[in-house]
Amino acid sequence: MRTHFSPKLVLPVSERDHISGPANAPVTMVEYGDYQCPYCGLANPIVDKIRRELGDRLRFVFRNFPLTEVHPYAEHAAEIAEAAGAHNKFWEMHDMLYAHQDALDDRHLTEYATSLSVPASEVKRALTQHVYADRVREDFMSGVRSGVNGTPTFFINGVRHDGSYERESLLAAIADAAR
Amino acid sequence: MEVELSDIGSSLIPMSETKDAKSKGALAPGTPAPDFSLHSTPDQTVSLSDFRGAPVILAFYPADWSPVCGDQMALYNQILPEFRRLKAQMIGLSVDGVWCHTAFAKDRNLHFPLLADFEPKAAVARRYGVYREQDGTSERALFVIDSKGVIAWSYVSPLGVNPGAEGILAALEDLSPSQERK
Repeated sequence: MRTHFSPKLVLPVSERDHISGPANAPVTMVEYGDYQCPYCGLANPIVDKIRRELGDRLRFVFRNFPLTEVHPYAEHAAEIAEAAGAHNKFWEMHDMLYAHQDALDDRHLTEYATSLSVPASEVKRALTQHVYADRVREDFMSGVRSGVNGTPTFFINGVRHDGSYERESLLAAIADAAR
Repeated sequence: MEVELSDIGSSLIPMSETKDAKSKGALAPGTPAPDFSLHSTPDQTVSLSDFRGAPVILAFYPADWSPVCGDQMALYNQILPEFRRLKAQMIGLSVDGVWCHTAFAKDRNLHFPLLADFEPKAAVARRYGVYREQDGTSERALFVIDSKGVIAWSYVSPLGVNPGAEGILAALEDLSPSQERK
């Protein structure tokens, strides 16, 4: 009988993931996020700043954790990000979605995809045929089994970060992990 | 109950080691789960024994509307299909009244019952050993009860930390093989 659990990343970072930064970086930070979640929106510029500051010393990974019962646009937003990823535009779309959290309906998602030169056929595959839904679900369940308890949740070298997403808190946890 | 982000770090200390942990301790695995009947809506009551024959998850939380609770209940709401796959019923409990629960559940689009442990106040939380006298609320505590009504797993989270769902899922999965054998 299990009486205790420790929140650790159960799905290792691999080729399936959206990765920014070198594989040999001393620290890997994985974010589970929801494009319609206001806290994720607030965290994104902080994460960006940290990524710029740390450069090659940090590998950053994003996985989807859409809470669709409270965020009705989050699922399609995640799917369009995956569609953009199939055309090497994942991070551009990721930033665009977080920058436009008040406009995430299908019409706007299509506009964003078009502006990033994602083909219309790909947008249709994502938003009508939902070809990335399984992938988003896999991200979500990997988060659940790792102990994601809300969004955003960060794992730093595989350990859940229970502090805040403020810059100082994340930097301190990253520095600890690098030791 | 307000939870500041800055409090979360200090609340990582296990509850048993903090000075403000006044509850006597959650009922342990192996204990028969005390039965109860509480209102889920102004005109409906839910009894634990209604669910005998299938596992039940009791999620005690301090209060409707506080940011951490909202996250926790939203998470469980999102994971309901997984709980259902494991044949388990999710039940949330707090000392809030039925009208408060009704408004909260509507706002968050919750699809599982929230029970009002309201009168006599926190009677159920007390019987499960998860009442915080000094706060007037329950702990943030989880119980997984097996199909025969025995507690299989319990966990008291630091008040400011949403415990997530992994512990519940692991406990339910530990239950299912033995249940299938019977």
